[in-house]
Amino acid sequence: MQPSVTLKDIVMTYDKGRVKAVNRVSFDVQHGEVFGLIGPDGAGKTSIFRMLTTLLLADSGSATVEGLDVVKDYQAIRNRVGYMPGRFSLYQDLTVHENLQFFATVFNTSIEENYDLIKEIYEQIKPFNKRPAGKLSGGMKQKLALCCALIHKPEVLFLDEPTTGVDAVSRKEFWDMLKRLKEQNISILVSTPYMDEATLCDRIALIQNGNIMSVDTPQNILAAFPEKLYAAKAKDFYSLLKQFRSDPAISSCYAFGEYVHLTLKDEAKNESFIKELADKYGAEEFEVKIIAPTIEDSFIRLMREDDGSPVQNTAMHE
Amino acid sequence: MSEKAIICKDLTKQFGDFKAVNKISFDVGQGEIFGFLGANGAGKTTAMRMLCGLSFPTSGEASVAGFNVYRQQEKIKASIGYMSQKFSLYENLTVYENIEFYGGVYGLSRKEIRTRGEDLVNRLGMVNETKKLVAGLPLGWKQKLAFSVAVFHRPKIVFLDEPTGGVDPVTRRQFWDLIYEAAADGITVFVTTHYMDEAEYCHRISIMVDGRVEALDTPAGLKSRFKANSMDEVFYQLARQAQRSGD
Repeated sequence: MQPSVTLKDIVMTYDKGRVKAVNRVSFDVQHGEVFGLIGPDGAGKTSIFRMLTTLLLADSGSATVEGLDVVKDYQAIRNRVGYMPGRFSLYQDLTVHENLQFFATVFNTSIEENYDLIKEIYEQIKPFNKRPAGKLSGGMKQKLALCCALIHKPEVLFLDEPTTGVDAVSRKEFWDMLKRLKEQNISILVSTPYMDEATLCDRIALIQNGNIMSVDTPQNILAAFPEKLYAAKAKDFYSLLKQFRSDPAISSCYAFGEYVHLTLKDEAKNESFIKELADKYGAEEFEVKIIAPTIEDSFIRLMREDDGSPVQNTAMHE
Repeated sequence: MSEKAIICKDLTKQFGDFKAVNKISFDVGQGEIFGFLGANGAGKTTAMRMLCGLSFPTSGEASVAGFNVYRQQEKIKASIGYMSQKFSLYENLTVYENIEFYGGVYGLSRKEIRTRGEDLVNRLGMVNETKKLVAGLPLGWKQKLAFSVAVFHRPKIVFLDEPTGGVDPVTRRQFWDLIYEAAADGITVFVTTHYMDEAEYCHRISIMVDGRVEALDTPAGLKSRFKANSMDEVFYQLARQAQRSGD
């Protein structure tokens, strides 16, 4: 069976070619898969979404959605995909119910016809049926937008940063909803700047400055982390961070919550060596342990490999 | 920390029947990094607006940089810096024009603006960008510049409203270096964030639920009290009890 979405060598530029937004990007999304595009603002995520939903043309390369070409078959694609853009794009002065009714009508269907698909999500906002969409809370807007994107029972769902600016509780709820949609065999391409959400996807692409740095399952990306990773902490966290960052024996050093994550230049050395370093700097209440990397560790690692060492050349750290 | 940058006692803001902020009380020490967390709609923005002298409380007491939130709003505004993700810099002014503008608004002399401005662009590594429009800068640079401009007049307190959204993980960490530097210089930092790892970088954290401060402690203290391994878990345990949603 062919993949649900394919991209091959997609290049996209803006401003007459002066700004390169997407640089030879290729990946596939399989049927019934939750595929995550993980990267910061300006990485090219939204350009990719707009190209796949037939709203923008690529400069070069090819892409298909459900076997249909994004250029030749754009009309057929539009009937078969659901798209939730990053910016809230429903009609603010229509009510919750009117918005849903509108999208159902546009796609030549009715709310009733595919009600089972949206039921669980819609019931949560139904008490606010008569409220204008513009007056909903962030979490409710997000749920309504998802219902509107689902009302015509799309085969592929495109969700551009659905959880940005949403608090940790609503984010979790949203991912639970996606899991249930996936069980309906809908393919989902979702983007997020939150690295911790990456592990909730079946496969992910890590993207930065228009380049895909890695495409794989989150587990494989984590397993590919090439060095031993240590977590350390001390009473004076910020001093420890600065001292380790400038120490020649340490290869990388970044704050992760209450710990600093670090790698050593010499892989043969271990925790006791790090402990000695900390003693040299007079760190109090020092602890160090080997840890498994997170997606954020992998992302930082790949960023550094991509363009040298961005931390050292941004002047903040001398 | 002997001196208090912010003192807040039973501070309340009511809109009709709705208590957006419901009797919150806390102190923030000079030079402290204070994390102000809460779910969407918990009342963070309303509380911050009162502390910044932008809206009057319904009841309760608060002083910011030693000034009363009812009677000395203008003095508060002159003593604080403010940065939010949405609005901070003029996109169609250059980097240097933004610096000049903010320096001027806060009453710095031409000479001060020049010397501090030079120092600022040097520290940010933006010497070659001073004549570029802010609109064309990468988001991470804009955020660093916005922060530097917010503390340009050396305020006693800087309020940061979700300052790091949308940037890559390295840039996000560089931003926190700036926060630490400011705190080391004695500037009090009052910050909101949705990134729970950033909550760990704060000296103390308060978590708002439905208009009230439900928890306030050091990150380690909160984790042990809620028997949680991460701030994420602490936040989740508290915020999921919320009755109201959204702003």
